[in-house]
Amino acid sequence: MPTVLADVANLSPYKITMNKYTEDDLREELKTKEYEYGFYTDIASDTFPIGLNEDIVRAISLKKEEPEWMTEWRLDAFKNWKEMVEPEWANIHYKKPDFQAISYYSAPSSKPKYDSLDEVDPELLATFKKLGISIDEQKKLSGVAMDVVIDSVSVATSFKKTLAEKGIIFCSISEAIKEHPELVKKYIGSVVPQKDNFYAALNSAVFSDGSFCYIPKGVRCPMELSTYFRINQAGTGQFERTLVIADKGSYVSYLEGCTAPSRDENQLHAAVVELIALDDSEIKYSTVQNWYPGNSEGKGGVYNFVTKRGLCETNAKISWTQVETGSAITWKYPSCILKGDNSVGEFYSIAVTNNYQQADTGTKMIHLGKNTKSTIISKGISAGKSQNSYRGLVHISPRADNARNFSQCDSLLMGNACGAHTFPYIEAKNKTAKIEHEATTSKIGEDQIFYCNQRGINTEKAIALIVNGFSKEVLNKLPMEFAVEAQKLLEISLEGSVG
Amino acid sequence: MELKDKLLASFMAFESSVDIDSNVHDLRVEAIKKFEDDGFPTKKLEAWKYTSLYSVLKHDYSVFPKGEPRLEYADIKQYFIHDIDSYKIVFVDGKYSSYLSQTTHDGIDVCLMSAALNKPKYRMVIDKYFNKAARNEGLSALNTAFSQEGAYIHIPKNKVVEKPIQILHFATGTETGLMLQPRNLIIVDENSHLEIIERHQSLTDNPVLTNCVTEIFTNKRAIIDYYKVQNDKQTASLIDNTYINQKQESVASVHTFSFGGKLTRNNLNFYQNGQRINSNLKGVTIIGEKQHVDHNTLVHHIEPNCESHQDYKSIIGDSAIGVFNGKIVVEKEAQKTNAFQANNNLLVSDKATMNTKPQLEIFADDVKCSHGCTIGQLDESAMFYLQSRGIPKKEARALLMYAFSNDILSSVKIPEVKQRITKLIAQKLNVNLGFDL
Repeated sequence: MPTVLADVANLSPYKITMNKYTEDDLREELKTKEYEYGFYTDIASDTFPIGLNEDIVRAISLKKEEPEWMTEWRLDAFKNWKEMVEPEWANIHYKKPDFQAISYYSAPSSKPKYDSLDEVDPELLATFKKLGISIDEQKKLSGVAMDVVIDSVSVATSFKKTLAEKGIIFCSISEAIKEHPELVKKYIGSVVPQKDNFYAALNSAVFSDGSFCYIPKGVRCPMELSTYFRINQAGTGQFERTLVIADKGSYVSYLEGCTAPSRDENQLHAAVVELIALDDSEIKYSTVQNWYPGNSEGKGGVYNFVTKRGLCETNAKISWTQVETGSAITWKYPSCILKGDNSVGEFYSIAVTNNYQQADTGTKMIHLGKNTKSTIISKGISAGKSQNSYRGLVHISPRADNARNFSQCDSLLMGNACGAHTFPYIEAKNKTAKIEHEATTSKIGEDQIFYCNQRGINTEKAIALIVNGFSKEVLNKLPMEFAVEAQKLLEISLEGSVG
Repeated sequence: MELKDKLLASFMAFESSVDIDSNVHDLRVEAIKKFEDDGFPTKKLEAWKYTSLYSVLKHDYSVFPKGEPRLEYADIKQYFIHDIDSYKIVFVDGKYSSYLSQTTHDGIDVCLMSAALNKPKYRMVIDKYFNKAARNEGLSALNTAFSQEGAYIHIPKNKVVEKPIQILHFATGTETGLMLQPRNLIIVDENSHLEIIERHQSLTDNPVLTNCVTEIFTNKRAIIDYYKVQNDKQTASLIDNTYINQKQESVASVHTFSFGGKLTRNNLNFYQNGQRINSNLKGVTIIGEKQHVDHNTLVHHIEPNCESHQDYKSIIGDSAIGVFNGKIVVEKEAQKTNAFQANNNLLVSDKATMNTKPQLEIFADDVKCSHGCTIGQLDESAMFYLQSRGIPKKEARALLMYAFSNDILSSVKIPEVKQRITKLIAQKLNVNLGFDL
């Protein structure tokens, strides 16, 4: 399809100058490539004074018109947070954010909510166009319903009616607190308690918005649910809270993707995602994260401290897929608590670090029920002066008979200034457990390239082939619509070499 | 009194009892300060996450054993590999036992740490090597502070030591509780070859705690094979700290056989300071009851073109706890490193626990590093195969377990050691394997 190829050529930042494309070129390109989505949308924001105290927490709650119990819940979290200290065990080094120098609330002031896209601030729409994720296009082409979060507040929700017919609730969490308090009250904090960790506690106290999703009994969600997050206002930490509940026998695939403008100050992002998969249900949660990673000197960039956890009841399944390319610092461990018998947890991850980026990411699989199964596939690619760590825990409790785990962690290193690390913790307390763990670290071998060359495949194609093969296992797990979107959003090394 | 306070308080007395003008005096003082700061490791430390010393430290240990207990060779013969000719360095309650030992100064030095520390002729060697590989932290620092006795082995250039050297530490139980801190220094110069068998044995039901530090230096093209046989009583605990500093083209292999002891912690550290070095770490662990064995290994690849090979197998039964924490660090200069690590574990009882953490930290791009780790059970179809051929269940299980650990035995170079280990495995699995290897 020559036309399609031409399009790709136009879109590609690399201008298809790949006649003699080698690994060195790729490395060079990775070093020099500037963040493409580094622009800043000028929307008058409604921002709180900087700093954090009880009054700010109350003010956020008031601003969101929340009921009393929610305010109390936040204050409780805040009290816990004050007692806690920042975790230091991760293999990352950074200047600690000053939590009193951040504004804890920022929302685009173009209110109230819109019924149709026409009413949306044109500048906002332009932002999406630049990102190549125009809502119109999304609606028409991919049938994806989008709950767009710009700086913490939902400004557009689409396909709501289609979903409503099925009884599916897909809205912002603040709306859910108002309209479905019984669900929120029952499940919020049930998987990630307020005092789970430092950042989760902070999030519980000050979360500004996020998404809420409820799939009723036996319903298969007809489309992929998708949210785009975007950090916009300079100096604003963003604290989303996502809660996805799949009732008995239901299925949902949820997509999350993010880009952030290029700002020099370190922006803090501490999100919490809670998934609840009740009996016989399945949740598939996919993430593409492409926040501003800082410039080539390691200045600026987003701090990404995320707590993601899912709870599986009997026969339920939770599958995490993530493509992590952005952020200066990533600290993220999407986990599964396999509480019910026969439940399944999966984790597929690609983490790419470049320049001075640091990623410490992985998963926790907590096997509590009988016949529980988990799979971990983690691919790390490090370039430049970056550090990429996999940190995972597989825990088999004494009750978890016939638990099964397979883990594979592969790292690819490009250049000798970067590092790849693996910290897999495996704890088995049941004799029927079967656990396998494998990890490899390598670069693209000269012999592999030679093998391809010998068979008439040029070096550029060979690298593409090898890198593509290296990450295919995970890319394949992304939903179709998102896989295309991911390619567009990612702009990572893989695409450059894949063409 | 807490053990830590007791140790700190007795340091002065210890220093004045040995030569206060000794050239390692400064090292000892520095080390005790470090220990005073660090204290005994707790579970809060990442490296001690799965191993608590609480149950070991709560006993009252005597730090300076009195008396001079005599042992008859006949009583302890079984703990030697007695069917081969060997040099022997034997310690009883921390004191050198000359009549049980067989040392030499003929071309090679197989003698005592106390002699090496005090005699002027060893001064240069001590200055060059003593405490140069051991890390100054926690338990190693504690050992350095109280370092006085142990084995001192120096093999000069171009010597193949014909006989293996056995190092044995006995605890007799004249004290109600005994803490031992042996300190070994082993230097193998260019092109030399050395084999060592080490064993700690308690002859009593009184608690014994051994905090041992062994420093090994292998110079160019030297070869060392080190066998650690750990089959102590269930009242004895061992913290073994081994530091191996390798020079170019040297080969160092350490086999650790952990069958006994209440709590055994093996800190095994390899530092590759040269090119084309080969390091081998092998281990078989078979434990039951309430035993706790923790293997904590480090292979530090500092220079290019080196290899390391780790293979640890464990069979954990009853309420025993096994821990494996294997760390491979590859510096960015260490291109073309080939590092391999495998850890296979069998859990054979409901209450057994295995915690494993194979860890890679890699800063170089042109390397091949892999680790694999499994936790599982015996293959049911293999069990069925054996049982259908008339082999009773117990023997079938033992056969399979023996086969499981046999990979490790195949690299044992001394046939008598292999035989002894096979016997110990059979004993531990409580069966007659019906064949001798």
